[in-house]
Amino acid sequence: MNMALYTRRKAFNRMFLVLSVLAAVFGLIWLAFILGELCWRGLEGMSSRVFTEMTPAGDADGGLLNAIVGSVMMSSVAVVAGTPIGLLAGTYLAEYGRHGRLAFVVRFVNDILLSAPSIIVGLFVYEFVVVPTHGFSGWAGTVALGVIVIPVVVRTTENMLLLVPNGLREAAAALGAPRSSVIRAVTWRAARAGIVTGVLLAIARISGETAPLLFTALNNQFWSTDMSGWMPNLPMAIFQYANSAYDNLHRLAWAGALLITATVLSLSVAARLLERKRS
Amino acid sequence: MDAAVKDKVKVDIRDLSFYYGATKALKNITMPLHDRQVTAFIGPSGCGKSTLLRILNRIYELYPRQRAEGEVMLDGQNILSSGTDINLLRSRVGMVFQKPTPFPMTIYDNIAFGIKLYERMPRSELDGRIEDALQRAALWSEVKDKLKDSGLSLSGGQQQRLCIARTVATKPEVILLDEPCSALDPISTAKIEELIDELSEEYTIVIVTHNMQQASRTSDYTAFMYLGELVEYGTTEKIFTAPENKRTEQYITGRFG
Repeated sequence: MNMALYTRRKAFNRMFLVLSVLAAVFGLIWLAFILGELCWRGLEGMSSRVFTEMTPAGDADGGLLNAIVGSVMMSSVAVVAGTPIGLLAGTYLAEYGRHGRLAFVVRFVNDILLSAPSIIVGLFVYEFVVVPTHGFSGWAGTVALGVIVIPVVVRTTENMLLLVPNGLREAAAALGAPRSSVIRAVTWRAARAGIVTGVLLAIARISGETAPLLFTALNNQFWSTDMSGWMPNLPMAIFQYANSAYDNLHRLAWAGALLITATVLSLSVAARLLERKRS
Repeated sequence: MDAAVKDKVKVDIRDLSFYYGATKALKNITMPLHDRQVTAFIGPSGCGKSTLLRILNRIYELYPRQRAEGEVMLDGQNILSSGTDINLLRSRVGMVFQKPTPFPMTIYDNIAFGIKLYERMPRSELDGRIEDALQRAALWSEVKDKLKDSGLSLSGGQQQRLCIARTVATKPEVILLDEPCSALDPISTAKIEELIDELSEEYTIVIVTHNMQQASRTSDYTAFMYLGELVEYGTTEKIFTAPENKRTEQYITGRFG
């Protein structure tokens, strides 16, 4: 046994351990700093008025109620409309298309859509919805968010269905079940937790999107549940107030940022828990 | 066993070949499967016995680039012809797999799923059918109080009997068993072998097995396969006591394979 070689290896090993720990700590410090600052400032700005009053103008006091409601409305409709499309497309890829040419193309396009900067989605919806309908609207914002939801759901649905063992499909088919029954009764059910996880992640993904709303729903100072008009929403309110000159508006922006972060965090935790339950 | 020779032929396999892509995995197999008898396919790994089994309900068609040539006559109808309704075929030719495959639903729904595919009946009748299937699979006493539990909560041996119950419940004519005991302990294996014996009163059964004793215990006819060819076929008694082919003899006495 070559002791010198072994000692050198041990030294190398220790050095790499130290380096990787340092790198991890360096990364986490910033994350902790951001989250700490966000919690500190966000809690400072948080009060019951945030949830009960409308967004203020100038240096007046107010809350974020209309922005919260607008965001929830647009996100909900986007998810409700986007999920079935994503679910069916993902099912096509995993169950029917698999190795076909069409599936290859759909998968490729979906990947592009998945990684496309959201501002491009905003511009696209601006050209195809806002311009023809002569105005910003909640519907346009919803379409933009829906376009972001679909590829996330497609991808997770396909991946989760591919994890279902072929043995289950064979077993169901061997009873004489047509393909559609196999999918509905067996493979969807087996992949259910994973598919729900995908939807949760999609909600998390859109809840903080600002760029696509900038070109579509824009913003609204006032209470509005009219989806055909300008729509108040949280990300735009944060964007606007963070850029303003008044301290009370800065505090509101921090409170809104904390709200979004808390939502995304709890969705992620829920997704993780579901994932664990599945395995 | 001599009486069995005169049995009616339920499935007649004629000059059957099978391809995975360009690879010929089965070479011109011809053999009968007798009505309400147990036929065992034996042979070393990769000899094509599972492949042959998977042709009998055309389950191989779930995958691309797999192709069968020749004829498989089920009651005189060639199931390989393009006019065959594949779902109806599978409802007549049931299959139990090597690994237990309970569906992610309750024990009750596992069995109800197959029945509901082709039949509509009042709830009370469905309950009866499910009890009957579980009785036949010798599982009823173990699960009668937890029909609403997930099928996944059962032990491996129980899961496999649930899968057999599920297959029996749809009243097929032929039951294909692909190494049904290979993942099970000896006690569960004994239960399933007993079950096969009882089921053969009513069903035509084909079992693929690696276990010589199992083949000799459970089957009336045995087919020995090697490298995609049918080497020898005959009554189990004859194959195990006086095989004609040297290779068959070597295999069943454990000298190769």
